[in-house]
Amino acid sequence: MAPQMETMTSQLEETKKAEKEYTGSEILLRSLIEEGVEVIFGYPGGAVLPIYDSLYEGHVKHLLARHEQGAIHAADGYARATGKPGVVIATSGPGATNLVTGIATAMMDSVPLVCITGNVPQNLIGTDAFQEADITGITMPITKHNYLVRDVRDLPRIVKEAFTIATQGRPGPVLIDIPKDVSNAKATFHYPESVYIRGFQPNTDPHPLQVQKLHEAIAKAQRPVILAGGGVVSSGAADELVKLAETAQIPVTTTLMGIGGFPGTHPLWMGMPGMHGTYAANHALLECDLLIGIGARFDDRVTMGRIDKFATKAKIAHIDIDPAEIGKNVETFIPLVGDVKKVLEAVNENVPRSQSDDWIKQVDEWRRNFPLTYKPSADTLKPQWVIQHLHDSTGGDAIVTTDVGQHQMWVAQYYRFVRARSFLSSGGLGTMGFGFPAAIGAQLAYPDRTVIAVTGDGGFQMTAQELAVVALENIPVKVAVINNHCLGMVRQWQEVFYEERYSEVDLSGSPDFVKLAEAYGVKGWRAKTQEEAVRVWEEALRHPGPAVVDFWVTPDENVYPMVAPGAGLDEMLMGDEEN
Amino acid sequence: MRHIVSVLVNNQPRVLARVASLFGQRNFNIESISVGESEEPGLSRMVIVTNGDARTMEQVTKQLNKLIDVIKVQDLSADAAVERELLLVKVGASPSSRGEIAGIIEPFRASIVDVGTHSLIVQVTGERSKLDAIIELLRPYGIKEMARTGVTALARGSKVKTPVHS
Ligand SMILES: Cc1ncc(C[n+]2csc(CCOP(=O)(O)OP(=O)(O)O)c2C)c(N)n1
Repeated sequence: MAPQMETMTSQLEETKKAEKEYTGSEILLRSLIEEGVEVIFGYPGGAVLPIYDSLYEGHVKHLLARHEQGAIHAADGYARATGKPGVVIATSGPGATNLVTGIATAMMDSVPLVCITGNVPQNLIGTDAFQEADITGITMPITKHNYLVRDVRDLPRIVKEAFTIATQGRPGPVLIDIPKDVSNAKATFHYPESVYIRGFQPNTDPHPLQVQKLHEAIAKAQRPVILAGGGVVSSGAADELVKLAETAQIPVTTTLMGIGGFPGTHPLWMGMPGMHGTYAANHALLECDLLIGIGARFDDRVTMGRIDKFATKAKIAHIDIDPAEIGKNVETFIPLVGDVKKVLEAVNENVPRSQSDDWIKQVDEWRRNFPLTYKPSADTLKPQWVIQHLHDSTGGDAIVTTDVGQHQMWVAQYYRFVRARSFLSSGGLGTMGFGFPAAIGAQLAYPDRTVIAVTGDGGFQMTAQELAVVALENIPVKVAVINNHCLGMVRQWQEVFYEERYSEVDLSGSPDFVKLAEAYGVKGWRAKTQEEAVRVWEEALRHPGPAVVDFWVTPDENVYPMVAPGAGLDEMLMGDEEN
Repeated sequence: MRHIVSVLVNNQPRVLARVASLFGQRNFNIESISVGESEEPGLSRMVIVTNGDARTMEQVTKQLNKLIDVIKVQDLSADAAVERELLLVKVGASPSSRGEIAGIIEPFRASIVDVGTHSLIVQVTGERSKLDAIIELLRPYGIKEMARTGVTALARGSKVKTPVHS
């Protein structure tokens, strides 16, 4: 063959190769592989049969949950633990609507997720077809963005856009709804390297003038406070935050979402603020003259919705990637829009020291005089003690997920986290049932770290079906059920605000959690005393597989301190006298 | 305070729902909303009349800008803008009262666009207050049906306004 002919045929072959056609479902999976997706959490059904058929090839790992809510919380736990987007697949109709709680959970806490749902074929959309649900309509207010794919040729671009939007700027969930005919339709596959999204241009670099204004405010401040939120964790700015706090000598309080974003062992750490915050943190917020909010959104569990009583003596500086957060809840004196890490790097460049010597002494005094307390007991099991023991036995270095309720607050108070992305909890939506599946996702990401799901006996029953997954896959999550035999946090509110009228909080009828675990083939233990707790927890930790430990704790314990909703941070209930 | 917000959006399915849903979700008020093509192919312009103090308006602008399909947001109330609305109103009219009605609407540069045996349709464009005024004058004849488009608006002058936040 003449050399010319040779190049011509190879060129022809090239184009022929490039023009190989794939089905929509193959294109989807190839796109996910291009995005570096390591694991998909999901549950099959009619509208995603083509996608599951492509998954059969085994190119991407898929974890079969036992409920779509379990799948999406697991994807969420994976995302929170790693910072990488979590991916979940569900079928149309009930599969898609079962994702809704998980999507809203991720949206509220700014967690990057890409949620893929099947839908009925396009010719049936709008006809109330079998298992049809308008999931893009339903999820409009709880996603950062969503897509209904109408043409298979759009699929690679849409997947690329979805990953870009989910992870860039303020992270959040994005949903892609794929009608079955699109999954079946064929097209060539070219995955774009990047996409330009005209309506999505997050500003990550801080304005130098505002940085300078912050420097001036810090130099003048006598009572500065840093309020650090989830943005510190999600932008990976923990080290920069430590540097800022140390150089400028500013005490730090971390919101529920900010826990781990600043070491719980650091002398400048004051604990969590707000409704169940520490005396030191809340009083620091009341008295400060400069409040620097960093990746925090001044939520009503921190301000108690009483802006008129919140940090009234302070100038507020606010660092956030989302411009809409600035000025939303509190009036801001120094707005700093940008990626928290980038902003802190700029601020740290020549940050002055504040005049906080006396202030730090004051904060230390508050901490000394009003520490977190509870009445220890040797013959019963106190939930706070259990959490302290979980901390001590893991050196504060485990990944701990929680459900929602009293146990969640006790973990926030008594487990001293030293690393970011280690405390995974539904802060914004407050979703019971989150903890256990989230732990599965986190453990998959970090097979070698200790992952503990601290759950309530109420919350655990909302997603306990995922025990099948940890058993089958031997995922060594340790579930610590803080079993008070009631819906503890609701009981507490009924005690404090409703004259002990305990309405529908008794959880009688719950299963024996040890037997439940064993029914799934997971090892279970129970502890009713400190001595038992120490022994069985040690065994559970040493056990190489998953474990459930049912801690029977005193049922009438309350979380203190507590600020009633609508009260100012100065009106803290410090707990029963005998406590 | 009343504000007119001009929103340039991707002409995508559901974009109106996204914007309307955001207003509901955030407890913002919508007095009127009108949508149509813009100067750029693929983009539509929505003109939304809303109410709110400075803080609310800042949130309206910022939250709108977070929508991926929103390209640009302008609060037209800050500067001079041309604001127009179209009204079609069907009033009761016997052959003998037609002349009288024609006389009433004349100063408004309104026109009669349809005549029936017992009614006629008046068309008028202008600012809200003008439309309100003509409705009051026509009321005695009996308003059988009416439709208003809601306000549409553009900033005055040759300068193209830069977005408040983008
Ligand atoms: C899905 C869901 N439903 C209801 C609630 C309201 N709620 C908040 S805390 C709580 C009690 C939780 O009880 P449990 O799981 O036993 O934890 P505890 O408070 O006892 O530690 C309830 C019902 C919620 N947060 N999430």
